[in-house]
Amino acid sequence: MMTVPIVPFLIIFPMIIAFLMLVIPLNPKANRVRNAIAYISCVAIMAAVGILVAMWIAGGTKPIALYSEGMELADNATIVGEFILMIVVTFLSFKYRKYWICILSIVPTIAITWLEKSGYITKETPRIYIDHLSILMCLIVGVIGSLIVIYAVGYMHGYHHYLHQRVQDRRNYFFMVLFIFLGAMFGFVLSDSLTWIQLFWEITSVCSFLLIGYTREPVAIRNSFRALWMNLLGGCALTIGIIMFAMTTGMNSLAGLVSFAEQAAGTPLGDFAIVPVALIAFAALTKAAQLPFSTWLLGAMVAPTPSSALLHSATMVKAGIYVLFRLSPAMHGTVTGNMVAFVGGFTFLMASFIAIAQSDGKKVLAMSTISNLGLMVACAGMGTPETIWAGIFLMIFHAVSKSLLFQDVGATENSLGSRDIENMHGLLYRLPFLAFCMFIGIAGMFLAPFGMLISKWATLRSSIDENNIIMTFMIIFGSATTSFYWTKWLGKLIAQTNEEPVKDITKPNEKISIAIHAVLMVLLCVLMPILTKTFVEPLLAEMFGKTAEVLPMSILYLLVFIIVFVFVVPVISYEASKKMHANQKLSYMSGINTGKNDGFVDSFGNERRLTLSNYYFANRLGIRKLMVPCQLISMAVLIVMMAMIIGGAF
Amino acid sequence: MDFSIRIIIAICFIVLAPFLGGLLEGCDRKISARMQRRIGPPILQPFYDVTKLFKKQYVVVNRSVHFLLVSYMALMVLTGAMLFGGTDLLMCFFVLSTAATFLYFAASVTNSPYTTIGAQRELIQMMTYEPAVLLTAVGFYVAIGSFRAADIVNSNYSLIVKMPGFFFAFVFIMTIKMRKAPFDLSTSHHAHQELVKGITTEMSGKNLGIFNITEWYENIFLLGVVALFILNRNPWSILAAVIVDLVVYFIEILIGNSNARMKWETMLKMTWIVTLLSAGVNLLVLMVIK
Repeated sequence: MMTVPIVPFLIIFPMIIAFLMLVIPLNPKANRVRNAIAYISCVAIMAAVGILVAMWIAGGTKPIALYSEGMELADNATIVGEFILMIVVTFLSFKYRKYWICILSIVPTIAITWLEKSGYITKETPRIYIDHLSILMCLIVGVIGSLIVIYAVGYMHGYHHYLHQRVQDRRNYFFMVLFIFLGAMFGFVLSDSLTWIQLFWEITSVCSFLLIGYTREPVAIRNSFRALWMNLLGGCALTIGIIMFAMTTGMNSLAGLVSFAEQAAGTPLGDFAIVPVALIAFAALTKAAQLPFSTWLLGAMVAPTPSSALLHSATMVKAGIYVLFRLSPAMHGTVTGNMVAFVGGFTFLMASFIAIAQSDGKKVLAMSTISNLGLMVACAGMGTPETIWAGIFLMIFHAVSKSLLFQDVGATENSLGSRDIENMHGLLYRLPFLAFCMFIGIAGMFLAPFGMLISKWATLRSSIDENNIIMTFMIIFGSATTSFYWTKWLGKLIAQTNEEPVKDITKPNEKISIAIHAVLMVLLCVLMPILTKTFVEPLLAEMFGKTAEVLPMSILYLLVFIIVFVFVVPVISYEASKKMHANQKLSYMSGINTGKNDGFVDSFGNERRLTLSNYYFANRLGIRKLMVPCQLISMAVLIVMMAMIIGGAF
Repeated sequence: MDFSIRIIIAICFIVLAPFLGGLLEGCDRKISARMQRRIGPPILQPFYDVTKLFKKQYVVVNRSVHFLLVSYMALMVLTGAMLFGGTDLLMCFFVLSTAATFLYFAASVTNSPYTTIGAQRELIQMMTYEPAVLLTAVGFYVAIGSFRAADIVNSNYSLIVKMPGFFFAFVFIMTIKMRKAPFDLSTSHHAHQELVKGITTEMSGKNLGIFNITEWYENIFLLGVVALFILNRNPWSILAAVIVDLVVYFIEILIGNSNARMKWETMLKMTWIVTLLSAGVNLLVLMVIK
């Protein structure tokens, strides 16, 4: 049993810091104080996560259930929280004349309050439940989240001083929302009480909304409300699912929901028990920005980069994946599972097509986030130990590498004045540190031997084992297009250039965060075989009640060999090539090279500048061309299958 | 199969593949010449050429090209060694695409216009053939329940019986991989075309030599995958596999000599349609009868 109240600390401490962030005024002196507090609290949060993990390991890595009785006060506090959120949303939706959106917040709030007070919940269940999966999420949120906040301190300085001088400086507000989000995220992954989960779910939705609208520009406000209504719609589905489940069983527990649906499968009650699962899975699809809801995540890219990294890639969207992983034992082999798997696979494929057409660095990152989330969703939907194994690794690698890439692109934008990939031509010679880290991040997303690839291997194998031919095709074609858009970005970074180096205005704290991420990325790749034995396989045993050896030993050895090979060979041959005596010449231009490799003399004797550009196929694969048809198809599938699931229950 | 035997076969690949690949290229040139009513160079000409390339002065546009090309070759050799060593086919194909990525790097690092366009086209080619390559691995897995090449060659009968569609799709994309017309978009064997030499425009001397040797390795690797469709427990199947390899190689030469270059869109559409119709339908059938 836990003696130190570390879980309440993780949830409440960030909220207190958030309040401090807000009240400290905005002037250079006070800014310094706020930054210092932000640093110290990040370290404190990381330490707290460390203590939590240590205590959990000391307890023999067994699941810990906490706070099952005498929690009236805390339950009432969650209701107060719900109402505060409702008031915030209602106020803002009236202020910006989007009146109908407040309904999506008022209805669930009142419904949850009614549920809590109606006495339908008869069985007391633990409010907090800690197992392998929540520990993993805590580590992601704690380590990556804290690093991103540290990065944000430096980034927001550059943001207001160099790039967006016209935007009103509201850094106190920005950091307040970031810290509230961190607290809510811890609450979300540690709670087992469904009503608590609902509260933290809504908090993260509203935080995301507030951060997207940070600049208060018209486009930011429009996008923020789009994100809000889509996420609140998911929240509504979540609420209905919770109420249905509570009214049938009198329970208010996520673990209870999963085991109930698992046991009921195959019995006459099965069709009914799966409906709350399907509703919650639907909610998770909105949060994970799957088609047809992907547009909110694209719109969210107008927010300052730290919030894109933290909420819209590394952690918040993973909340949807986390819920789906929790539900996956119940979804395996059901219509719900097929629905989720199809939507995920379809999103994986189509988002990677759309990513080809993007030249804005953040848009590529957004589309690839949607695409990778799609693959994880598909893993959860198939719901076998193998796919969850793959999904967990996808999640870990994606969190680290996307957080790295977002921070890196943000820092590059501050220095370079642009985040267009075409402007990153020869970045390796102009901003060496940032380009090098960007290279590692991108390589981590798709190249052998990084973990993404081995996850794809496992996903592909289990989709064949499941006889899911559509999924097999979607994974195969999706991974071909994924390589295409990443590789062409890498090519831009390393191309030789004569442009002057750019002054790197990246602050030390940004660099520290980026460097730690890059090191973490490589370490994860090397440590992956150990990680799977010591952590992921026990996780699967906990979830499915049986261990599955996903990675055969032969593959493991092979993997280690490839890792060494791919890291060592280029380094050795690079060192060897340095010693070679070379006769350097200009490149062939089919005209007279002007002498610096960046221009030529044409047939009229005029000097022409040479510009090289990547293929984008924007008129074939652009958002305008593909997004609406994709949304229609996925919406049709969702509506039909949801109707089948709900209709089957009655 | 015994582990030590597998190692020996892998080492045989590493040592012998360049010679075999070079010989095949010599035959290719000779046969192509006869198809065009020329006499053609001697069979050993490719070896003379490559030896000469290594003796030439080391001229570069960018020094990094060399180490990237060496990595490309090393990964290609690893891919082949993994296949002939009987390891996991899917992993082997993943390393193959990583190798191809290094070739792309070697081309785009030069910042030369023709090389860059060639490199971009090479990327399109990679995207085009990758589904068929991965599907081939999937096909073997469905047919025999394992991704391991060692298990595949140990089957009771030639797997082409079960997977003719996959075979066709793979041979189809081999035209892209072997840089034969109509799919020689990123580079061709002749420098007088719109792309000059495409991806290899800025490679000369030693670098071009490395590129050529890697091509030989790659061709033998591809023929090795083709042989997987034929090989089984029966030792005579080795002979059959060699014959099929030679026939496939000849067909590729024939295709290369009787076609004009296509636009990338046509190539992408054609290949994906063939992949879906041929390998896809085959996969569907296999999954149904499994």
